[in-house]
Amino acid sequence: MESKAHVDKATVCTSFKNERAIGTLVGFRGKEHGKMGNRVGIVGVGQTHHRSKIPQCNGQELIGIAVRRALESADLTMKDIDAVVIGNMDHFESINYVDMWSVLGFGGYMKPVLKVTTGGTTGSAVGHAAFYHVASGLFDVVLAIGWEQNSESDTTAAIVTHCEPLIERDFYGGAIGGLAAQYSMYMDKYGATEEDAALVSVRDRGNAARYNPHAHLRTEITVEDVMKSPYISYPLRLLHMCPRSDGACAVLFAREEKAKKITPKPAWVAGLGSSHRSTYLGDEMGLAGLHSLEIASKQAYKMAGIKDPFKQIDVAEMYLPAASAGVSWMEAMGFCKEGGGPAFIRSGVTEMGGELPINPSGGVIATNCIGATGLIRIGEAALQIMGSAEKRQVPDAKIAVATGFGGCFWSDVMIISSLIRLD
Amino acid sequence: MTVELGDTGTRIHQSRIRLRYNWWLGQVMSGFYREIKERCKIFGNKCPECGLVYVPPKENCPKCFAKMTEFVELAGTGTLKTFTVVRYPVPFIQPRNPPFALGVIQLDGADTGFTHLLGEIDLEKIEIGMRVKAVFRDVREGNLLDIMFFKPA
Amino acid sequence: MEGVAIIGVGQTKYLRVNPNSHDEMAFEVTNKALGDAGLTIEDIDNSVTCTNDFWDGRTISCMTVTDATGSSRVPTTNVEGDGTYGVLMGLMRILSGHHNTTLVVAQSKGSISIPGLITNAIFDPLYERMLGLDAVSSAALQARSYMTKYGITDEQCAKVSVKNHKNAKNNPYAQLPLDITVEEVLRSRMLADPIKLLDASPVSDGACALILARESVAKTKCEKPVWIKGVGHCSDTYHLGDRDLSDVGALASAAKRAYRMAGIKNPREEIHVAEIYDAFSYMELMWMEGLGFCERGGGGSLVDSGFSEMGGPLPVNPSGGVLSAHPVLVAGLARIAEAVLQLRGEAGDRQVEGAKVALAHGIEGACGQGHCVYVLQK
Repeated sequence: MESKAHVDKATVCTSFKNERAIGTLVGFRGKEHGKMGNRVGIVGVGQTHHRSKIPQCNGQELIGIAVRRALESADLTMKDIDAVVIGNMDHFESINYVDMWSVLGFGGYMKPVLKVTTGGTTGSAVGHAAFYHVASGLFDVVLAIGWEQNSESDTTAAIVTHCEPLIERDFYGGAIGGLAAQYSMYMDKYGATEEDAALVSVRDRGNAARYNPHAHLRTEITVEDVMKSPYISYPLRLLHMCPRSDGACAVLFAREEKAKKITPKPAWVAGLGSSHRSTYLGDEMGLAGLHSLEIASKQAYKMAGIKDPFKQIDVAEMYLPAASAGVSWMEAMGFCKEGGGPAFIRSGVTEMGGELPINPSGGVIATNCIGATGLIRIGEAALQIMGSAEKRQVPDAKIAVATGFGGCFWSDVMIISSLIRLD
Repeated sequence: MTVELGDTGTRIHQSRIRLRYNWWLGQVMSGFYREIKERCKIFGNKCPECGLVYVPPKENCPKCFAKMTEFVELAGTGTLKTFTVVRYPVPFIQPRNPPFALGVIQLDGADTGFTHLLGEIDLEKIEIGMRVKAVFRDVREGNLLDIMFFKPA
Repeated sequence: MEGVAIIGVGQTKYLRVNPNSHDEMAFEVTNKALGDAGLTIEDIDNSVTCTNDFWDGRTISCMTVTDATGSSRVPTTNVEGDGTYGVLMGLMRILSGHHNTTLVVAQSKGSISIPGLITNAIFDPLYERMLGLDAVSSAALQARSYMTKYGITDEQCAKVSVKNHKNAKNNPYAQLPLDITVEEVLRSRMLADPIKLLDASPVSDGACALILARESVAKTKCEKPVWIKGVGHCSDTYHLGDRDLSDVGALASAAKRAYRMAGIKNPREEIHVAEIYDAFSYMELMWMEGLGFCERGGGGSLVDSGFSEMGGPLPVNPSGGVLSAHPVLVAGLARIAEAVLQLRGEAGDRQVEGAKVALAHGIEGACGQGHCVYVLQK
């Protein structure tokens, strides 16, 4: 979708080319002003050890753990924080105006605080929002917090209310139905199988078990285990699905000069993309893949100057709410050609040690604290670039991608890199 | 509720969201309510940095973000800092039928206010600065309302 | 800060019950704002919606308005808070250099549920919520604290109500234009001491949209851009008892930041018109203090002096304010919209003559725990 109107390109003295993203239409022929925003780096990450229940903490304390860890990792205190962005999904904890409630969890007295919430993409939306806080030049060091204490509530019942109340709620409730329907189409169109999806489960659960003490589910599984697990919603089985987890994640974003002082290796935000295109689940039913992910990743790649995602990206942290997504969404990322998902997964290139490891952290299949999950992807990608990913480190990772998913098949994408220029 | 087609007027769809919730109290609040339930004692805790004593106690000082591990037993008496008399009904959530009084009480030994009900009190004669004391229920469950209310001391 | 201007505004008429649905209201104001700016939806390259799951009765409430605001076409996000925070997000997205024009839309329908239940959920489920606290009873605690500390009287609060409902008569969007007297306010039904019915804002349905644009766009496309010269936001702590409810420190901090950015040294002199979030009459007095229009505790005297009346030195809430229409999330955005109209000279009968610098303000949470302040200039 190209604009018919003239589009001015702007080149900037920062780490990425700020060109117009595909799909956005700008009708103005305007004089671009010189200063186009500030380079933003991630300088610290903290997260809880995510579990199905964390009964020794209330929600504010959970946030406190993640925030303390992030501050410690960057050797900062709350005094150094200029603003806070937080997100979660209200109905999971039934707390209205969580931004106000949360100040108790991170010592937010007299701090600027703001809440962003966009459903499952909340965590990534929070990360993007924190980026904008810093890139705007208004705030130098910004704390992004995502959290959820699902264990306290009836998740499916809460998700059901996301369906448009007058038409869809009674039929399509719950996150699983839509994902199952989509994979069913992909299987039909391209010959993918339930076993292909199982390979994704095995990969992610294996990574979590072997490398990530923060992950919720830390036992390895086999394809056989997956295929023996009961159907939740054909063709998706129990072990294809993400769990529901309690946890919190905090990520620190800082402006260039500050970032360089805080840490020797900031993880620069090189590109962003976002597509919240549909409202009714039925809007996306003609498509076997994830169209919003394709749009968002193209935006991000263009901004970052990435031309060959599979070759250039060293590690991906992807929000896969079901293992089937790890098969059917690969082409949307530009990792393989259309319909190439099954071959891609079967080839093993996405395993640790492969050409493009996906989800060294175990991803969402191993941990899903919804309000945090998207932010954890950003945090994990940043840890990879900062060289702080411990056992789950992909050696010499220079370019990482983090994706968020949620709502009605919405996607957010962020490219994180240690490089100054990517093209 | 169904919507009739063919009718051009605006219709209303009625529904409810029914969601159960269990909230983890965390260790500090669990301890706070346990002491109230088992021993009719109210505890606060103290910030090692600013020295303020908070009630209810909390893990982090809201201002300093320091962990507060020093617990302070407070008297059940205190001074009324502000109050109101609620004279309108809201279904489901009110602990008493209106009119009823709410107040913020600075307990002796604490630096912050404790918000609770006021009872056994003339609703028209409440004044800031009144001395009040906690009245506990005979049968307690381990939550805020184990304290029935604060009454004039 | 480089230039970002507001180039389009749109509001619904605020009503006790708007028969349109959430998305219809959002669609209405989106189109109004676009029309006002002389743009089409194709000219918008990103958006910020402001919705709240509790008020809307659905999880991921932003989904309701994604299509209606054109947000399915562009990068978008959703701020769950007052519209003033949404505008901040929209502003930052432009300042980042990534976007040129942001559409910000807020909507809510207070009529669809029981506000007391929804605002009760603001409070800590482990503690204050069990007391049945809601927006009104908590505000009453704050009002009592403030009024006692500084000797503010019920009459002084009532004057705010009288002024604002009267101002609302000049505002075609306002829900409650009323001719009332101080006596009528004092005699009105007591809700929670000291707040009476006519001291409180109504329950409302409504929506509002703004279009923000970067300087190069605003200057070429808009005849009367209104520039955002300063912004600040800040939050107090959470539990009511941990706060000094009579204190306006968080507001002062937010205002200080906005003033510094805008180069305002003496707000009382340099601001010509203010639209502030008077959810309750006492709040207007407190917020004037926090904004530096007078010293702490001086709000009562200020309103006595006529300072904030139409025709006074610094008219406050010529639109009628939140007391005259309170669609939650929207009300702060509407304050900005009204300030924009003032600076453009398009405020009709509620115009403050010669206004060049305006202040707009929104709050968040119980008893104004959070504040967001704007300085706007033509």
